[in-house]
Amino acid sequence: MMAQITRRLLISIPVLLGVLLLGFGLLILVPGDPATVLAGPMATPEVIAKIRTDMGLDEPLAVQFGHYLLRMAHGDLGRSLISNKTVVSELLAAIGPTAELMFASLIWSVPVAIGLGTLAAVLRGSLLDRAIMAISVAGVSLPIFFIGLMMIHFVGVKWQLLPFLGRGGPLWTVEGLRHIILPAVSLGMILVGPVARMTRTSVLEVLKLDHVRTARAKGLSETSIILRHGLRNALIPVVTLIGLQAGYLLGGAVVTESIFSYPGIGRLAVGAILSSDFPLAQGTIMILALAFILINMTVDILYALLDPRMQTQ
Amino acid sequence: MTTATLPTSAAEARGKQSVPFLEVQDLEVEFHVSGTVQRAVQGVSFTLDRGRTLGVVGESGCGKSVTSLSIMRLVPQPPGRYAGGRILLEGKDLLQVPEAEMRALRGGRIGMIFQEPMTSLNPVYTCGAQIRESLSVHSGLSRAAARDRAVELLDLVGLPSPKQRADDYPHQLSGGQRQRVMIALALANDPDLLIADEPTTALDVTIQAQILDLMGDLRERTGAAVMLVTHDLGVVAQTCDDVVVMYAGRVVERAPTKSLFADPQHPYTIGLMAAVPRIDAAIGRLATIPGAVPPPWKRITGCRFASRCPLATEQCRTEDPPLRELSPGHGVACWRAPIETVMS
Repeated sequence: MMAQITRRLLISIPVLLGVLLLGFGLLILVPGDPATVLAGPMATPEVIAKIRTDMGLDEPLAVQFGHYLLRMAHGDLGRSLISNKTVVSELLAAIGPTAELMFASLIWSVPVAIGLGTLAAVLRGSLLDRAIMAISVAGVSLPIFFIGLMMIHFVGVKWQLLPFLGRGGPLWTVEGLRHIILPAVSLGMILVGPVARMTRTSVLEVLKLDHVRTARAKGLSETSIILRHGLRNALIPVVTLIGLQAGYLLGGAVVTESIFSYPGIGRLAVGAILSSDFPLAQGTIMILALAFILINMTVDILYALLDPRMQTQ
Repeated sequence: MTTATLPTSAAEARGKQSVPFLEVQDLEVEFHVSGTVQRAVQGVSFTLDRGRTLGVVGESGCGKSVTSLSIMRLVPQPPGRYAGGRILLEGKDLLQVPEAEMRALRGGRIGMIFQEPMTSLNPVYTCGAQIRESLSVHSGLSRAAARDRAVELLDLVGLPSPKQRADDYPHQLSGGQRQRVMIALALANDPDLLIADEPTTALDVTIQAQILDLMGDLRERTGAAVMLVTHDLGVVAQTCDDVVVMYAGRVVERAPTKSLFADPQHPYTIGLMAAVPRIDAAIGRLATIPGAVPPPWKRITGCRFASRCPLATEQCRTEDPPLRELSPGHGVACWRAPIETVMS
């Protein structure tokens, strides 16, 4: 198990370097010059040129990237061009809320999706099965901003049931909880559809296998057969899917946080990119990539825990 | 559950009754697949007593596996349907008992071994855990007692270092070892009836012999009735007391093993025996039965084997032959039997 985790970590290094390179290149390619932004609209060309030299923007790209990597290795991500705070402090302030949002989205959507998928598989062909599958197709097809806007329109504005702007505090406070419900529901919604479908397919697949017949021949109850011998085995591909979907979830967080003015990494990233805040944008991209790598590693570990055949290989 | 803790004495006690231990009467099983009705088992009857081994032989698709699954009532419904007949275990019809009672019988009084040891065990639980699960459902043993019993069972089926094997996952064992685990699982609650569906087909020959020996030993030790489903006549000759030969969902011949091998009566049985390679015969082409088994959705008038039978007459093609007893215990469903009269 330890060897597996170490191997995963080693594989992650080139991935991370690639992400840094992409983030670096992308922000150079998009229009908008950081020096102009920093100097303000009234600055003379001389001032802008001086800022460019100070920031090292006139150096060759390879040298700029080298410098960037070096500073990165020292934990120095630079300063935000807009707020002049260090990027690290901006990121630290935003990580907590985003982690809360992720947690709140997963905690309801994964059990609901697995439950619905299993129910649909067991009652295959029934009206309930078709209803669940219709909902999940809708969940797959609806864009996340649409779900978010509908929630704001109805739950937030029309019925005034829940707040929909910003974060109310930590998750364990009543206000924090009330504020996170709408973003978490709309973000989690993108997981429910695919995961429910996958669970249904996987459970149906597993229930056809020989070892399920053995379980029946042992005289187990139907519930026990479905949960212990069906769902338990069916979870293996489902967990893989959840890992893959985590990428969407991170992307979704960018949209969700913007819609709900939620102070997380996603909104920070959007703000930084829109205002050509070069260092901050790179910092947020790196954090999102790190999160993605971390989620995938968790999935790999879960995978090994769920399937003993993985451990000995 | 009234599973006997001392199966041998219990077997003697029950053996005194006149009712056969297991009696299958006119069993009919159909499958409804995309608008067609496939009659997999048609009017199958046989009896099996304690301490005896019954072989059920036939080609793939002859209905032998469906028959054995029916005794456990494990034919998936739908598409399967029990269309008629009775399966009496000590006089009680298993097709009529409530599901809860049937569950208590499955893995309790009736143990089943399946063909594919590679896929018949759940890959995510240890072998010990899968045996303990069956123990806890049926005998309500404590965790510690179930643990000990599982190791004891693995020892009984001849797995070396059973304590370690109990903590192994199925993928860590070889095919033969897994089949031993399957047998241990089937024997967990001292069944009175052991159904083995092609238990040795997926194994190589030396392991086959070991597994058959093991099953024979266990039968002697526990006095259980054994139903052995196979397509291998060699296995039948070696292990069974009685044989039922099935063809296209029907019993075509039923006899004590000795009588069947000495004096086969149905042309299909004779064909099957001719197709078995012999170590003492000159090597040439193996004998085959011309033609193929009729597909199960095809309605057939007359004898099902008539189209492939060298002895078929007009009567064979129009009238379905009933199972007739030619000598005590030896029944055959053929208009031309006894075959000696045809030959002369």
